[in-house]
Amino acid sequence: MRIGVDVGGTNTDAVLLSGKKVLGAVKRPTSGDVSSGISEAVGALISECDVKPGEISAVMIGTTHFTNAFIQRRELVPVYALRIGFPAARGIPPFASWPEDLKTLVCGGSAMVPGGFEFDGREISPLDEAAIAEVVTEARAKGIGQIAVSCIFSQLNADHESRAAALISELAPEMEVSLSSELGRVGLLERENAAIMNASLRPLAETITAAFHRALEEQGITAPFYISQNDGTLMSADYMQRYPVMTFAAGPTNSIRGAAWLTGANEAIVVDIGGTTSDVGVLTGGFPRQSTVHVDVGGVRTNFRMPDILSIGLGGGSRIHEDGDTVSVGPDSVGYRLLSEGRVFGGDTLTASDIAVASGQISFGDPERVADLSPALLSGARAAISHLIDDAIDRMKTMPGDIPMILVGGGSVLVSETPRGVSEMMHPDHAGVANAIGAAIGQVSGEVDRIYNIADSEARSEAFADAEAQAKADAISAGAAPDSVEIVNIEAVPLQYLPGGATRVVCRAVGDLAMAE
Amino acid sequence: MISAITLDNIEHLAIGSSFLGTGGGGDPYLGSLLCREAIAKYGPVPVISVDELRDEDNIFIAAAMGAPTVMIEKLFSIEDQHRAVTTLERFLDREASAIISAEIGGCNSMMPVAYAAMRGLPIVDGDGMGRAFPALQMTSFNIEGVACAPLTIADEHGNSVLYQTTTGLKAEELARPVAAAMGASVCMSCYPMTGAQARGAVIPKTLSGAVAIGEAISLSSDPRTPLERLVAALRGHEYYKDAAVVFQGKITALDRDTSKGWVFGNCSIAAMTGSETAELQFQNENLLVSVGGRLRCVVPDLVTIVDLETAHAIPTERLAYGQRVAVVACSAPPLLTTARALEVVGPQCFGLDEQYIPLAELIEDLI
Repeated sequence: MRIGVDVGGTNTDAVLLSGKKVLGAVKRPTSGDVSSGISEAVGALISECDVKPGEISAVMIGTTHFTNAFIQRRELVPVYALRIGFPAARGIPPFASWPEDLKTLVCGGSAMVPGGFEFDGREISPLDEAAIAEVVTEARAKGIGQIAVSCIFSQLNADHESRAAALISELAPEMEVSLSSELGRVGLLERENAAIMNASLRPLAETITAAFHRALEEQGITAPFYISQNDGTLMSADYMQRYPVMTFAAGPTNSIRGAAWLTGANEAIVVDIGGTTSDVGVLTGGFPRQSTVHVDVGGVRTNFRMPDILSIGLGGGSRIHEDGDTVSVGPDSVGYRLLSEGRVFGGDTLTASDIAVASGQISFGDPERVADLSPALLSGARAAISHLIDDAIDRMKTMPGDIPMILVGGGSVLVSETPRGVSEMMHPDHAGVANAIGAAIGQVSGEVDRIYNIADSEARSEAFADAEAQAKADAISAGAAPDSVEIVNIEAVPLQYLPGGATRVVCRAVGDLAMAE
Repeated sequence: MISAITLDNIEHLAIGSSFLGTGGGGDPYLGSLLCREAIAKYGPVPVISVDELRDEDNIFIAAAMGAPTVMIEKLFSIEDQHRAVTTLERFLDREASAIISAEIGGCNSMMPVAYAAMRGLPIVDGDGMGRAFPALQMTSFNIEGVACAPLTIADEHGNSVLYQTTTGLKAEELARPVAAAMGASVCMSCYPMTGAQARGAVIPKTLSGAVAIGEAISLSSDPRTPLERLVAALRGHEYYKDAAVVFQGKITALDRDTSKGWVFGNCSIAAMTGSETAELQFQNENLLVSVGGRLRCVVPDLVTIVDLETAHAIPTERLAYGQRVAVVACSAPPLLTTARALEVVGPQCFGLDEQYIPLAELIEDLI
């Protein structure tokens, strides 16, 4: 049996899964210390399901804690950015693209030292180890404990980054090193930003890991725990301490993956309706469709693997506005105050949830308090809600034609009719805790993103074989059971303007977590 | 006209030059970061109009050349640009008195600004395309008889190579393999000219035009929509003035082929209400658009797909099914529509069968 936990900004959800069955689900408020909220939710779950802590084989946790900390500029530490690749790229130094407030908080200095690679693997310059030693001395003098290392074309060849890391650890064993090649893909600035963000969150990651440990220990659970990553796969607690940024988009990813698991669908639109916003994503091949554009987090440009999500201002707490004959819904919302401000809960604000109650789609609160709403207002509000959903679905589709849709999230009662462009609307049991389910069913993955010289079809097969082997090895080292690992995606993009068949190959392997079930 | 490029209007230049990129020209984002660094260090860049140039002035081009996927790794450095220009200066025994962009549309609007900041030289309010084009010979400089060569390229290690060729086409052909050997992201200078030559061969007012377009799109204090402000800014410009939204709708089909080094393809856009559709053809840049079978704009006139809400240009590689877009067309500078110019940048140069018809005639009912 496994437990999935989703630590959101408002609620902490926990579910218990055995094979393909959901044995139970609970919701508890998220606590300020993270730990007690998880402990309570997990405690309630195991007592409700009447299982012993020793029967749990693994706990999977999804959290938005690091994303929120970065966006709200909380608990970040200064980082020294070391870029390898001089004399190339020197016109745009590290931190050049950062918002001033964040730069003040996080920038603990930067240097550009000789080293790095060309697109075809040649060295730009030999790695200058003496220059790195100077950086270590400088960072130490400033009292900086985090170094983010980036290197030109390091996703093609990570050698200079790993040599720099080894040297730093040798000279200053107390310093922690984040490597860009382990975090991002092609695009030096974005990959470097990911490494800096990661470094700035590492002390917090240590605190959170300890909080997770404590929460499970309190409930007598000794099984290992894993954390959800951006792409819906899992990482170990050790790994999260080193790579906290890999959790940045885990929330929406888990809800899409949970929706897939609950319905068995592989290709669908997933609409997750919360209290304030709805997230619309696309499930393709069993995984969320990834965003192809740069993603800004807290004003910093990154190129993480992030799901392609459209957020719209529609949720259970969305306010209803009347202007003459026109009725509109949101984007403003009473949010978590729905339970005190919503009309059916005794408040004065007319919300989307009140419309659902008055229309008989759901019963909660006091229906008498919305009995006076005019049929015109109700139908107008329902039409406005439908329009928002229809529109969002249409924007996320990549092909004409109808497509299945899965409805999840606490606010899913708002939708009563099948939206336009949808062939079949699925609203599975436990849709309200799809997020925690998504965490519980996480697999482990490995990915390769590098440039090969592909001159002919033989070179192409060799490059693909190499990329596949590398991706599988990565997945296994991340904890996958070797016989379950398969390649889920491989694509080759020839690089424009370059002779000699330089081609970027991206390959991804996924497998089940190796554990005693 | 603006008097200088500063930290305050560099973002406007980036947004405006993306619009003039007509779907291509490259993302000006990295270039704008380079400009920010350079302006913060060396100060704002004075803008000089083509009319103010003296006959004996020496105008030099600053440009980046290479593969976009490599540029995002190796970024740019002004020092390398400096080497490309000084190599050319030494060969010609002339010293630059102003810097100019070869291509205002897209990323090559930026490097010249950063480089002019470093040299303490003014930047000319003009360029060689007034938009973006895929090849080095497709410039007003070439059309008006300025030679592309001598051309120089430089890498980050202190290496520079000078090409003395008979044609611009040959210079480009010879430079590409060397640029790849240098790491596929190099700095370049070409089309060196005097003030006297520049006066007839430069398309004037495109730098200030790009800033005005970008400012109009981003000016949120104005109650009009960004799209209305964009069209108003175009209509206020000396040559982009025949301008209109020729269609609004949603992208319903997209066909892109990147196999031959260029992005070839076409895109269908359907009206939100009604059954009318628009068809767009592109080769890196957008080439022509027709609405309900009626031709609405053909190269060298400009057509750009913009986001319906923000009016920000959407480059060809980022077009996607379902996007809500407006198709905005505007007239090309007169230097690009002469009989001589159409032999270099007309529809036939892109393999199109359509003859060039001035935009003013094609959108008469919309302006």
